Amino acid sequence: MSERLDVRKTYKLYVGGSFPRSESGRTYEVVSADGAFLANAAQGSRKDARDAVRAARAAQPGWAGATAYNRGQVLYRVAELLEGRRAQFVADVAAGEGLRTARAEAAVDAAIDRWVWYAGWADKVAQVAGNANPVAGPYFNLSSPEPTGVVAVVAPQRSSLLGLVSVIAPVILTGNTAVVISSQDRPLPAITLGEVLATSDVPGGVVNVLTGKTAELAPVLASHMDVNAIDLAGAVEADGVTWGELEALAADTVKRVRRPPTDTEPTWLTDASLNQVLAFVETKTVWHPKGT
Amino acid sequence: MTAFEYAPAPESRAVVDIASSYGLFIDGEFTEGSGGSLKTINPATEEALAEVAVADESDVDRAVAAARRAQQKVWGPMPGTERAKYLYRIARLLAERSREFAVLETLDNGKPIRESRDVDVPLASAWFFYYAGWADKLDHAGFGVDPQPHGVVGQVIPWNFPLLMLSWKIAPALAAGNTVVLKPAETTPLSALLFAELVQQAGLPPGVVNIVTGAGATGAAVIGHADVDKVAFTGSTAVGKSIAKQIAGTRKHATLELGGKAANIVFADAPIDQAVEGIVNGIFFNQGQVCCAGSRVLVEESMHDELIDRLKSRLGTLRLGDPMDKNTDIGAINSARQLQRINELSDAGEAEGAVRWSADCAIPENGFWFPPTVFTQVSSAHRIAREEIFGPVLSVLTFRTPAEAVAKAHNTPYGLSAGIWTEKGSRILWMADRLRAGVVWANTFNKFDPTSPFGGYKESGYGREGGRHGLGPYLVEGSTR
Amino acid sequence: MTAQTTSTVRPWDRDAAQVAADAAGLIGSAEIGSTALRRYLFGLPGVDEVGAKGRAAQLGTRSIKTTSKAWALDMVISMIDLTTLEGADTPGKVRSLVAKARTPEPGDAGCPRPAAVCVYNDMVEVAVEAAQGSGIHVAAVSTAFPSGRASLAVRLADTADAVAAGADEIDMVIDRGAFLSGDYLKVYSDIVAVREICQARAAGPAHLKVILETGELVTYDNVRRASWLAMLAGADFIKTSTGKVQPAATLPVTIVMLEAVRDFLAATGVQVGVKPAGGIRTSKDAIKFLVAVNEVAGERWLDPDFFRFGASTLLNDVLLQRQKLATGVYSGPDYVTID
Repeated sequence: MSERLDVRKTYKLYVGGSFPRSESGRTYEVVSADGAFLANAAQGSRKDARDAVRAARAAQPGWAGATAYNRGQVLYRVAELLEGRRAQFVADVAAGEGLRTARAEAAVDAAIDRWVWYAGWADKVAQVAGNANPVAGPYFNLSSPEPTGVVAVVAPQRSSLLGLVSVIAPVILTGNTAVVISSQDRPLPAITLGEVLATSDVPGGVVNVLTGKTAELAPVLASHMDVNAIDLAGAVEADGVTWGELEALAADTVKRVRRPPTDTEPTWLTDASLNQVLAFVETKTVWHPKGT
Repeated sequence: MTAFEYAPAPESRAVVDIASSYGLFIDGEFTEGSGGSLKTINPATEEALAEVAVADESDVDRAVAAARRAQQKVWGPMPGTERAKYLYRIARLLAERSREFAVLETLDNGKPIRESRDVDVPLASAWFFYYAGWADKLDHAGFGVDPQPHGVVGQVIPWNFPLLMLSWKIAPALAAGNTVVLKPAETTPLSALLFAELVQQAGLPPGVVNIVTGAGATGAAVIGHADVDKVAFTGSTAVGKSIAKQIAGTRKHATLELGGKAANIVFADAPIDQAVEGIVNGIFFNQGQVCCAGSRVLVEESMHDELIDRLKSRLGTLRLGDPMDKNTDIGAINSARQLQRINELSDAGEAEGAVRWSADCAIPENGFWFPPTVFTQVSSAHRIAREEIFGPVLSVLTFRTPAEAVAKAHNTPYGLSAGIWTEKGSRILWMADRLRAGVVWANTFNKFDPTSPFGGYKESGYGREGGRHGLGPYLVEGSTR
Repeated sequence: MTAQTTSTVRPWDRDAAQVAADAAGLIGSAEIGSTALRRYLFGLPGVDEVGAKGRAAQLGTRSIKTTSKAWALDMVISMIDLTTLEGADTPGKVRSLVAKARTPEPGDAGCPRPAAVCVYNDMVEVAVEAAQGSGIHVAAVSTAFPSGRASLAVRLADTADAVAAGADEIDMVIDRGAFLSGDYLKVYSDIVAVREICQARAAGPAHLKVILETGELVTYDNVRRASWLAMLAGADFIKTSTGKVQPAATLPVTIVMLEAVRDFLAATGVQVGVKPAGGIRTSKDAIKFLVAVNEVAGERWLDPDFFRFGASTLLNDVLLQRQKLATGVYSGPDYVTID
């Protein structure tokens, strides 16, 4: 009796809630840390990036319009699903990042816990980052954080799940939608995350995942006029592009730019922060007179 | 019947001494500049007011070095309580010398004395008073325990509210423990230089505040200086973008307050008399040279004709003329260049088919003037509905439903401010939720307060000034980007 | 609002039928009923209190100097309803008041006279006799002033008394209780009934000033609605206050009323007057009101036929300021007469 042949997964992009192939038809080979073939990932193109932005823009008002409680619930549900796929993520991370199982498990656990941590912020950030302002006059005056809009995320190159989660969750919890460029060489956990999101209650288009060459995709998003902000976490240690170049492109539309925190990629083990959330909100201040 | 003529009521110019020439204020002293000089004029008369030194890169370098020394040796290590007292001093001195500042501001800028006296100067003082109190309470501002200043801050400010913008920049920077190098606008440097004298009077340690005058090159030198940790800029979106590009790839933090094309949305159930006042205040305050000016009125179609009638009769009572006259509502445009831009865009509005109406007021012979002007039958495609005019020119568009109003309000790369006029509370909140603008004024407009954050969405810039939110960008832990 | 008509109708020149027709035209209903009135009044635009006060504060910063001040002071005097409304009023006090009105500034024939003296009903006869031939009107506060809490019959009799005694102007109070309880038809009908008596005056219509008592209406929305209600019913003037309730005539309240008469003129061609009363004691304050009249309603209201100040002590302050302007030195209370 021969051994059963496993059924391999075809890794595609995740755009607008669907899993299309790259419109360019291109793929690229993804190998494990020790060089073994893992998969052919879709090599996203400029047009894929454009489609992803369109999907993200379309989804943004609805996602932002959901109650914060609802977003919190939806995101917490994602953590539940992540937990259910724990074994698969461990395998993906171990293979892609070349970690021994225990370390891969620790990274996956940290990623799930981080997702839970950020999910809980959904209905709290307005209270912590917003406040009443005691203006010197008969006016009601309130400042509150609102989502910036469509955020491009250049995901970390090394930390393919924990790093990824650490830059996606803080973006979307406030009502932004994201176009994520996965780690170029370690894209598989990002696509698996897309599968989790697709089966969760997160509406299609809220998170869009592009795999491919960072140097090809990131400048498209950095200069795209309908992108409001960009997180350049993964632009350190990326092939063929620097975060400074991307920041300069982003300047043309006054995008909000979150620079990489350091000039080499951090471990992401301790990088949960409210500032990561606040980098992608706008403070809106509303005045109204008080009178009879 | 005799008309009620208001006799001229000019504010006395004698309260302020304008020197014939000014140097740069570096390390606590006025020094020569190495970049030549420029003349600043009174835009209402075109009379030269003073010769002002131009700082070149070497001067900026001296200023940054002085700021660095002061930050490391004096201002940074100083207990917050002491920094607070210096800032309180400045607030009080500004109040004490308010008339002097108001007169100088009006002479150099062209804005009506009523505004410099009642808005610019009192708010500038209030800004220092407010941030003074934060200096020793930084632990409680929500940025963690013992948050740290960036160090040296380079700041470049515009000509529309010279002293007020200076206070928006300097007060929070100093409260947080930074030192500053500030460049005022080339056409309005005088109040910043008078402020430098006030800094001396306050006994502020040398180097904590440095004022370098000059034009764009000086500003670029301040922004680009390698030893500047954070920059803050208020001005045009075009310059803002170039600054963002200039600092790309560096570790400099930035706050940008840029242009706007605010929609002032008037529903048919608006408190109409106050809405008319709000529209007037929204676009004719400071001759419309305000980044958050309500330059687009979106009026519910059923209310359009009535609103226009009321607006026109109201504009008939605006008094244009000598900015030093206490009864003047509309002063001079700040510069020939700005006037030219207003003229160009207004002509474009007419050429593109909008209908132009200007209040009937006598235009003085000298100086730069533009009458209050309203364009009707404006469509979103017209340049006057899209480009920031920065002048007393209002474009009126119509809408049919709240959703359409929001869509039209958003139809611009800017997102600084917006106005809503309706008596229906739930609609105000619905609109306010959707409008993508940093400041939403409902049933009021152009209100400012030191406790209230100000700043834009989209191409109107990033970062906030004012309030607790305005403190964060001057602290390492409060800087999110 | 349409463009201002060039020829305006003086409100007291309209007969009852015309008043009713104007009202019917505005509210869009031939019958002036409770529902139609309510619908109309609640269809008026709201007033934002903070914005209205802000506008008043801004107008208050106008600086009126030299020649314009001299003109304004004389205009203020000519608009004053010199008032005494005390339980302790006597014929002697009223005669003295009229004498003051006749000769506000002894030795200066160029000083204008106040428009009217304003007295209680029972003093009308005394005042009329004293004012004979002076051109000074006699105004009577009527209709169970100041509360108005008497039967309609009593209030009408009160009015008829004053008219019979020779009053040129009747200052009536509206039924604030009825207004606040939503009985707008009652307020309306009361005014119509009082107006009928005024119109029937033998020597020509007595001008009817309708006191809203804005201090009891409290909100500016109420002030606007009451202003329109009074104008619909045929008021010749709308007046802020009795002077017996605080706050009385504030600048923002007066501005709201000026907006109402301005809009009423635009809508009907009828120019109704405004009278702030109570609390205006200084020239400085009075000039702020004139500025408001000028810039809110327009200069056609800068006329004693269409704007009055109800005041008792204002006149002397204006006279002091007038002396200061003439001589260049500050005057003192010993240099103006007491009434």
